[in-house]
Amino acid sequence: MTIRPQSGHRVDGLVKVTGRARYAGDVAAEGVVFGCFATSDIPAGKVTSVDTTDAEAEPGVVRIWTHENVPRLPKLTHAAAGESLLPLQTDRVTFEGQGIALVLAETLEAAEEAARRVRATYEVEPAQTDFRMALDQRVVIDDWAPLSTSVGDFAAGLGRAQVKVDQSYRTADRHHHAIEPAAVLAIWDGREMLVHDSTQWGYGVRAALAQVLGLPPTQIRVVSEYVGGGFGAKGSVWPYEVYAAVAARELGRPVKIVLSRSQSFTAHGYQPATDQRVILGATEDGCLTAVRHESINPTAILDDHIEHGTLGTRSMYQCPAIETQEHVVRVHRGSPTFMRTPHEGPGMVGLEIAMDELAYALHLDPLELRRRNYAEHDPTNGKPFSSNALRECYDIGAERFGWARRTHPPKSMRDGNDWVGWGMGNALMGTFRFGASARTTLTRDGRVRIETGSQEIGTGTRTTLPLVAAEILGIPADRITVSLGDTNLPEAGGTFGSSTTIGVGSAVREAATQLRHRLNQLAAEPGLQPHEYGEVLALRGLDQLAAEGGWAPSKESGNFAMFAFGAVFAEVRVDALLRVPRVTRLVGAYSVGRVIDPIGARAQITGGMIWGIGQALMESSTMDHALGRYVSKNLTGGLVPVSADVPDLEVHFADEFDPHASPLGARGVGEIGPVGVAPAIANAVFHATGIRIREVPIRVEHLMGEG
Amino acid sequence: MPTGRITITLEVNGTPRVIAVDPRTTLLDALRECLGLTGTKKGCDHGECGACTVLLDGRRINACLTLAVMQEGHRVTTIEGLASGAALHPVQTAFLAQDAFQCGFCTPGQILSAVGCIAEGRATTRETIREGMSGNLCRCSAYPEIVEAVFLAATQPGSP
Ligand code: FES
Ligand code: FES
Repeated sequence: MTIRPQSGHRVDGLVKVTGRARYAGDVAAEGVVFGCFATSDIPAGKVTSVDTTDAEAEPGVVRIWTHENVPRLPKLTHAAAGESLLPLQTDRVTFEGQGIALVLAETLEAAEEAARRVRATYEVEPAQTDFRMALDQRVVIDDWAPLSTSVGDFAAGLGRAQVKVDQSYRTADRHHHAIEPAAVLAIWDGREMLVHDSTQWGYGVRAALAQVLGLPPTQIRVVSEYVGGGFGAKGSVWPYEVYAAVAARELGRPVKIVLSRSQSFTAHGYQPATDQRVILGATEDGCLTAVRHESINPTAILDDHIEHGTLGTRSMYQCPAIETQEHVVRVHRGSPTFMRTPHEGPGMVGLEIAMDELAYALHLDPLELRRRNYAEHDPTNGKPFSSNALRECYDIGAERFGWARRTHPPKSMRDGNDWVGWGMGNALMGTFRFGASARTTLTRDGRVRIETGSQEIGTGTRTTLPLVAAEILGIPADRITVSLGDTNLPEAGGTFGSSTTIGVGSAVREAATQLRHRLNQLAAEPGLQPHEYGEVLALRGLDQLAAEGGWAPSKESGNFAMFAFGAVFAEVRVDALLRVPRVTRLVGAYSVGRVIDPIGARAQITGGMIWGIGQALMESSTMDHALGRYVSKNLTGGLVPVSADVPDLEVHFADEFDPHASPLGARGVGEIGPVGVAPAIANAVFHATGIRIREVPIRVEHLMGEG
Repeated sequence: MPTGRITITLEVNGTPRVIAVDPRTTLLDALRECLGLTGTKKGCDHGECGACTVLLDGRRINACLTLAVMQEGHRVTTIEGLASGAALHPVQTAFLAQDAFQCGFCTPGQILSAVGCIAEGRATTRETIREGMSGNLCRCSAYPEIVEAVFLAATQPGSP
């Protein structure tokens, strides 16, 4: 199926191309005070004094809080918290970039200038920011998924193997880099706290603020009309959001905090690097006999984040013996967090490069190796897949890419000065499902309004939900509008984990079903037609009719293993002299259940594949471990893909309906796109050059050797 | 540190606007904070992302990289002033036609940059568009669609 854009497809397109879409930082408030944090220069120690004299001399400064005069707050214990210990609540410093003072001032310029003039002295303590230097201090902690799994007899499986791979792989620290820096405006009217926030989870912010402020949730309203990208950074609740609300209540004036780009490096998490070891054993005809995957990542001194790099390996391939193990190492850095794509995003880099190495050890086509190890059910927990069209993805992807024309030996596809390489990798991502609720309201003009406390972060929520309701109600989607991004609307979960269409979409479907049911009851005779809806209201003397609906994953559906799958094919060119790797073609074929909005889904996937290019060739947030801080906290020192980096991209979806993941037949789309791309590119680089790189990003210096 | 405000006149979207600004205020902050023209976005404040792109006397510029006081008397076009009345600018129409955005935050800057890129005569092929538009980051990575939109706007009959 070729998917083409259609004018006006995205229902919020007009406001976005005219600059009228209002993001949190755009909201004005009478009498607003601007907040700006001064942050620690050291990664570990104690603040011994904070001198604010010079800062207070800046005209317009309203208040400066340090650990000595800040209002005391409880720990942020709510599950939505990105960091539990709020800065300024202690003199202890556990990472560079931690807030040590908050300046509140009449103008943005005054706040920023005064924050620069805050002078702190410290009792410096030894710091470790490099987890690779502290691997002996690895710890295992509890999390939502087990940190280790084991099925079968790994030692026996490896003993049976005729061919083995045992290698280590690395992924880099990376940042979300949403183009919209996180912004919050808190307004306290003496009774209600109104918070305009660039958040992926309004209800999460409400709950966390309620806990810290000691207010009932009903007295807090979180609004996010538009969010300028989140990618995970805005999926949890972070200290700047809490302090905006605290300051608004203390000062009795609206308080706005917009992070600077450099603060964004330490204020709301990052994707932690991983060190992985993958051991594969196989028979000489390419059937896996043993798989072991270990992954280790840094986490904060005070907070836990496990990257779960081995999750994909538990479910990807059929194998009688699979062992996985996760560890973390505590370092003096802010807390890592979820970032598109967590878990399998870094984890599949190790597994899929290892599979390519196994294919070469076996003299077997890499795609054929994967076909031979196709899992008919989840190999770790034994559950059947809710639906899995990976084989179809192999067929479509290989066909569209022209994989059959590939010659297997490395360096065998030279074109002029370029070494050309073709590689592939599998994609897999777990399916996250959260309960949600929604309301649908019909008015006499025959239009329907959907209301839900979900958010629009660029994923197209305002466009997808009407398609769901239109199908149930039998009216065109352009007669259906969506209100979202407000905790005064029915509760919905966060816009993360590729979960919105599944959860919120299913709630909308239920609400629309209820609405239709009520209309049928109100109709004079059976066989009510959609064009008669307005007349039914008139007949009954009603101006409008509303119905609510909720959805939560059923218990029975827990009997299935649920994943989005994909197969990614990459072409790279490496100039034989300059050795600069360039991606020239990417084809991805995906199994994501039923695709509700093909145009939006395609955009999600192409955007995700470009993230994969960034992971493969560019993105690495480099630290100076002597100073314990990032080297370049900006968008030029840390590379992300730009238009000139983007090759021809092709996206295909398998024709599929998942009867278990959701009533819509859909699974998640938002985060499968980046998975599998980086290993496909790394494998293509090997095919092009004969040089096997086991870490990403792959850079020109990795390819300077022989080859 | 200077603290007094300086009164300047900018011609913004065809209308002279008199504002009193801190000498440290960038053109970007003047547009957003003094004039309420929040369609121009701040993504980095350091000339790295292009979200703040506006036209200054018809040429594209990063509004975060110039001080408002330096632009006394100059003509500024922002996203709010690009359409004429209800009729969208052809680049805006092309962005809608090609679905050239996701979250929309980089979009005003992309559109103004595209107008500038086309006016510079750089938008002749998809290749030159990719190069000419590479100063505007889109983390949602709507790049393929943006390139198509700029190509469409640059090559359609009667294009700007
Ligand atoms: S805000 Fe001006 S270039 Fe980023
Ligand atoms: S549309 Fe989100 S950054 Fe470009």
